[in-house]
Amino acid sequence: MTILYFAWIRERVGISEETVSPPGNVTTIAQLIDWLAARSPGHAAAFKDRARVKAAKDQEHVPHDSSFLGAKEVAFFPPVTGG
Amino acid sequence: MTTADQMNWSVRVHAERFDPGAELNAFTARNPNAGAIASFVGQMRDFSRDSAPSGAPISSMTLEYYPGMAEKQLSALLTEARERWPLDDASVIHRFGTLTPSEPIVFVATASAHRDAAFSACEFVMDWLKTKAPFWKKETTDAGGTWVAAHDGDTMRAAKWRNTKS
Repeated sequence: MTILYFAWIRERVGISEETVSPPGNVTTIAQLIDWLAARSPGHAAAFKDRARVKAAKDQEHVPHDSSFLGAKEVAFFPPVTGG
Repeated sequence: MTTADQMNWSVRVHAERFDPGAELNAFTARNPNAGAIASFVGQMRDFSRDSAPSGAPISSMTLEYYPGMAEKQLSALLTEARERWPLDDASVIHRFGTLTPSEPIVFVATASAHRDAAFSACEFVMDWLKTKAPFWKKETTDAGGTWVAAHDGDTMRAAKWRNTKS
């Protein structure tokens, strides 16, 4: 599964993309965030303030309590500021 | 006829600068049957609301975006607008990359038989774009780069359309 990071979350993690294989007991976006946050100090800094972290599963916005199972890509980013 | 027209509905996301006047002329020309056309242009401010000190001049801005999802979300916005209002056509253009002050960032145009639908759909597309389209602004001032924060006002404006159908 591919994980994508954008904006200041990308800057804190230090990479824009990575391929991961979370364990079977990690099934929701919130659990995935917890699991990713343990990977490095950069990840921990990026995910420190969960309320400011938005997620998309295969390019659709999803809440933290939803399942990411079956996703090809999951993206994490701050609230959007386009327009 | 309606179905064929809807194939023209356009979403463009690109780094190149565009000319809002030329875009509006082209949009108007391709909709000779529409009695009402509404448009919106968002352009880059020359001062910062988010950097310290507030009001500091901005030298440039970088728009990051999520390729694929951005186009998909903008298309979905136009589809939603079409379901809510009797539109003949709609178009949205959004830039990414590095911009300088007064450059256009976003363009939305809607065409309908009457102005109510054109105005409302144009406003709706902008309000939902502000909270759903995956773009992020980073402003550069003398003090460095600052990611623009999302504004509660935008979230409230977007929310008001949830319970509103035309």
